[in-house]
Formats: sequence, structure tokens, C-alpha cells
Amino acid sequence: MTTPPAHAEAVAGIARSDRTGSSAASASRARRAAAALPPHVWVAGAGLAVFAVAAVSPGVLAPGDPGEIDLAATLSGPSLQHWFGTDELGRDLYTRVVHGTRDSLAVGLGAAAVSLILALALASLTLTGHAVAVVVDRIIEVLFAFPTLLLALLVVGMFGPSPTTLAVAVGIGSAPGYARMIRAQLHAAADSGYVEAATVLGHPRTRILMQHVLPNALRPLVGVFTMSIGQSIVWASSLAFLGLGVAPPSPEWGALLDAGRTYLTAAGWLVVVPGLVIVALSLSTTAVGAHLRDRLEGGR
Amino acid sequence: MTHTSRTDTAYTHPTAPEAAVTHQPSDASRPGTDRTRGATVARTATVRIIGALVVLWGAATAAFLAQVAQPGDRATTILNLRSGQFQERTAEETAPVAAEYGFDQPVLAQYVDYLGGLLRGDLGTSYQQHRPVWDVIAEQLAPTTVLSVSAIAVAWILMIVWTTLTAGRAPWLRGVGSSLEIAAASLPHYWLGVLLLLSLAMQLDLFPVVGRGAVGLVLPVLTLAIPLAGFLGQAARTDFERALAQPFVLSARIRGLSDTGVRLRHALKHSLRSPLQLTGWALGATVSGAVVVESVFSRSGIGRVLVAAIESQDLPVVTGIVVLIAAVYVVAGLLVDALTLTLDPRRNA
Repeated sequence: MTTPPAHAEAVAGIARSDRTGSSAASASRARRAAAALPPHVWVAGAGLAVFAVAAVSPGVLAPGDPGEIDLAATLSGPSLQHWFGTDELGRDLYTRVVHGTRDSLAVGLGAAAVSLILALALASLTLTGHAVAVVVDRIIEVLFAFPTLLLALLVVGMFGPSPTTLAVAVGIGSAPGYARMIRAQLHAAADSGYVEAATVLGHPRTRILMQHVLPNALRPLVGVFTMSIGQSIVWASSLAFLGLGVAPPSPEWGALLDAGRTYLTAAGWLVVVPGLVIVALSLSTTAVGAHLRDRLEGGR
Repeated sequence: MTHTSRTDTAYTHPTAPEAAVTHQPSDASRPGTDRTRGATVARTATVRIIGALVVLWGAATAAFLAQVAQPGDRATTILNLRSGQFQERTAEETAPVAAEYGFDQPVLAQYVDYLGGLLRGDLGTSYQQHRPVWDVIAEQLAPTTVLSVSAIAVAWILMIVWTTLTAGRAPWLRGVGSSLEIAAASLPHYWLGVLLLLSLAMQLDLFPVVGRGAVGLVLPVLTLAIPLAGFLGQAARTDFERALAQPFVLSARIRGLSDTGVRLRHALKHSLRSPLQLTGWALGATVSGAVVVESVFSRSGIGRVLVAAIESQDLPVVTGIVVLIAAVYVVAGLLVDALTLTLDPRRNA
């Protein structure tokens, strides 16, 4: 069950404090933050670093060729020689997973960008005026009536499966949840005491928006974006599992799942291992993202 | 993802704007006559139902727009789907198909036609199978309904047992409880399904890999229920622990009620409102999770129909299922709100 991220805490945090503190204060806060970094965030951060290396230069982690066929060792289970086992053509699954990281992250990043841009656009419209807000709120609510996977499936149904469609579909699918969240954050900031104070002081509306509302409402989005990358990869892999993602023989993780399904009974690791990698990435981005979000909110 | 705070559920709950109306301590909370109280409830209900209808109308409009916006000439798509050959078609070939499906009408007329059809329960006509979408869906509705409803029931049982056992206990037990909830909630359905399939069905031979009837239902239901239980449990835990700190719990303890008694008779009752509100949302999500689960366990159902329809770009079937699930979600939201109002007398203004 994957769900829209938690954000009420974010809203509460924003409502509590306007973070216009001096840079010295924020630097000391940053030091405290590093000192107080919980162990699970360290582990998750280290995990993300490994994924980043795999995406940038996969050869460092897996020097072999991901397409190398070895018909003498087909469908062999995980061993010292093949850590993650081999597929039906004897290709080393570990090498393929490492070399598929870049494409998988690209889908996740693309989908996260699409969803947050759409969500931001919808949510910002609700600040423009009452009449617009009423209509846009309804639109967000209508879109929210479609579960993420279903909305993504609808987009794939319209345009047919392809890597680009995959990223766009997942992005559109997750956008309504984020739109609700960003909307709540924007309005919490806009209704806050410091904005009221600025209004009373006679600051122009646009300046208040740019200086107070947007920075305070959007800073936690850095964390949300991080969380959304892992989440998007999970959704994309679900579509891929249904045969609607990136097509094999690409080593993209969803494609590995799709290809591995055929051999589920004979070689379960072909699905279990890529799935485990996806879960590990998703848990890492969630832990790091949630931590970032809470930090950037301040007030803790 | 993590769902921790109670206020968070208010944002997650799809109907928060309407629900907020019932929560306001408005005129109705003052002592008044039965008549004004009834009028307030009626007004709240009306606002809520109109909101639900607007969402349904919007969902139908989105479904219609998706069909119109599908790239390529739709009549050509239909001809190609039926013949299995993908080629260009001449105007003479496409004209009869376009006339049959009404593609030659202005878009606005098609829209009115589509909405009118929906009101009569007509979800359109399948491009590929050339018969009403409703018939295609209805044949497969039962297995998916059984799967989803059982999954929600099992998720509730798991959630209640887990929360009662671990919430508000020693710190390490609470840690284990909430960590497992977060981990469970973030498991992708396909992965959990495959793990259960490989471990329980194949290694231990406890359950059939592909089974019919009640036994075959166990693993698919667990696959849907475990993540859902983790998700609902996160919402329940916060309220459960908050309830344990309330004065009425202290007074119950002073009266000599045992810890188990306090948990079952008081704290549990106060912790179930958020999960109940989330269940309306969860129903739609469970049905879409069923798409994956049906695929893993090779079960028949709506999900298989949906995937097949997407593969063949049979968009009326896709939008038909999507609209149906949106309708289920809206109706479930209404029922949940009504239930919350009935179960919690404090909200019954």
C-alpha cells in the first residue's frame, strides 16, 4: 500500500515558525542536525550513495558486461560467483541490476519531476483567487478519486507502453496527492501570523508571496521530492511487472521483473532480487526524504 | 510512506473539505430543538452528497477526455483491433465504424451522449469485443469484489491485533510495532505476492499456487491486507497512544479495570476513527492493488480485464473500470462519513 506522503507535520511545522533566522543560527542548526542524524538516516544515506555510484559509473561496482551471455550457467541461483544468480541466458543478475540503476533512477526522477511540477501548478492556482480556487480544489479532488496506479494505467492505456509514457504516467498518477499536500502547505503559510504582519506593514502582495509564502511552503519539498523518487520507482516497477513498462532486454529494474516473471517457479530470485533492490531504494529515499523534510521545516 | 500524525489523516482523507463542515462546533452544537438539529444534519448531508456528485461528474469528464485525447484515429484503431492487422484505413472503411460509435458527431454531442449513457448504466462499447463495456466488466466483478472486501476485513483484524498488542507498551516493543508497520506499508504488492507465493506455496507447500475457492484466496488476500494493515495501523497507533494518556483511562484504571480491559474497552474505541476514515480511500487503492495481485496469482478479475484492455488500447473498457472504481471510492467516502457520524456521538451535532 503506497500512499501520499505525510505532510500534516510539515504544515504544523510551518504554522509554528517563520524561518527568517540569521545565517549563523541556521549554520549552528545544521551542525546540530548532523550531530543528531539518526542511525537509520545514515544507513539510508549510505545506500543512496551506492545507488548514485551505480548510476554514474556502473563499471566501478560491476566491471562485467550486463549483456554477456553464458549458456553454461543459465538460471543458476545466487552463489559466490554470481551474487544475485543468473537469468535464462546465463547473464549475471548483479551486473544487470547495477547497470540498470541509471535507467531506473531516470524514470524515478522524471516521474517525480512531472508529479511535483503538476502538483505545484495546480496548488499555486488555488492562491490566485477565490473563484479559481473553488474550481481547482474540485479538480484536485476529482483526480484524487483515481488511485495512483489506476491513473497511471489510464495514461498508459491512452499512449501505449514506452519508457517516456512510464515516467509521465507515474508522474500524473502521483500528482493529485502531492497537489493536496502542497496546497495545504501554501495555505498554511499564507494564513500564518507573519504573513498577516507583513500585510499590515503594507508589503506588496507579490513580495509577500515571493519572500514569505513560497520559501516557507516549498522548502520541505526538497525532502518530498527525494521521497517521491523512490515511490515513483515502486509504481513504475508495478507497471513493468504488469508488462506495461520498459521492455526487456533492458536491465532497467522493471524490465528485469517483467522478464523474470516467466521463470518465477524455476528461478524466483529473478523477481525477488530486483524487487528487494527497489524496496531498498524506496526505503532509503523515504528515510532520507522524511528527514530532509522535517529538517527544512525547522522548528524541531 | 509514513503516515504518522493524526492531523495528517485529515489531509489524506479525500473528503476533508466536506467532513470539516460536520466537525465545526457551529450553531448546532448549542442546545437546540430537535428540528434545528435535524435541519443541520440534513444540510450537511446535502452539501456532502452534492460534493460527491461533482466528483463523480468530474471523473466521468476525465474519462471522456481520455478517450477523445487518445492519439490516432479511433475508428482506425477499432478496425485494426478487430482485424489484428495494423494498417492505414481509407475514409470509406472508417466511416461506418465512426458512425456506429458516434465519432462523426461534434465532441460536445459525444460528451452529452456519454454522460447520458453513464446515467443509464451504459459505460460505452468495447472497441475490441464489440459489446457493452458493462457486460465485459460484470463477468469479472465478483472475484475482484470478494478479494478486495476480504483484504480490507483481514487488514482490519491484523491492524487491531497489532495495535492492541504493541501500542503504548515498552519503548522497544513500540519501536518494533511502528517499524514493522512502516515496512509493511511500503511493500510493493507484486513483491510481497511473489515472496508469499515462493515461500508458502512452493517451499512449504501450504497453499496452492493457483487455487480456486477459499484456500486459493488466502495468499492474494494476505498480499493486499498486509500493506494495508501497516498503513491503517500507523493512523490507529497515534490515536491509541493518545487515548491511553486521557483522564478517562486513568479513572478507569483507578476503578480497577485491568490493562487489557482499558485497551480493549477504551483505547481501541478511540483509535479506530482515523482508520475508518482512511478505509474509504483504501477501498479504491485496494481495487487497484488487486490489478497487480490478480496478475501475480493468475486470478481472474477486473485487474486482468484492465491489463488486457490496456495492452490492446481498448480505451472504453479502461475508462469504464476507472470510472467504476472512482464511483466506488466516492460512495465508500459517503458511507464512511455517515458511519463516523453514527458511531461518534460527539460529532452528531
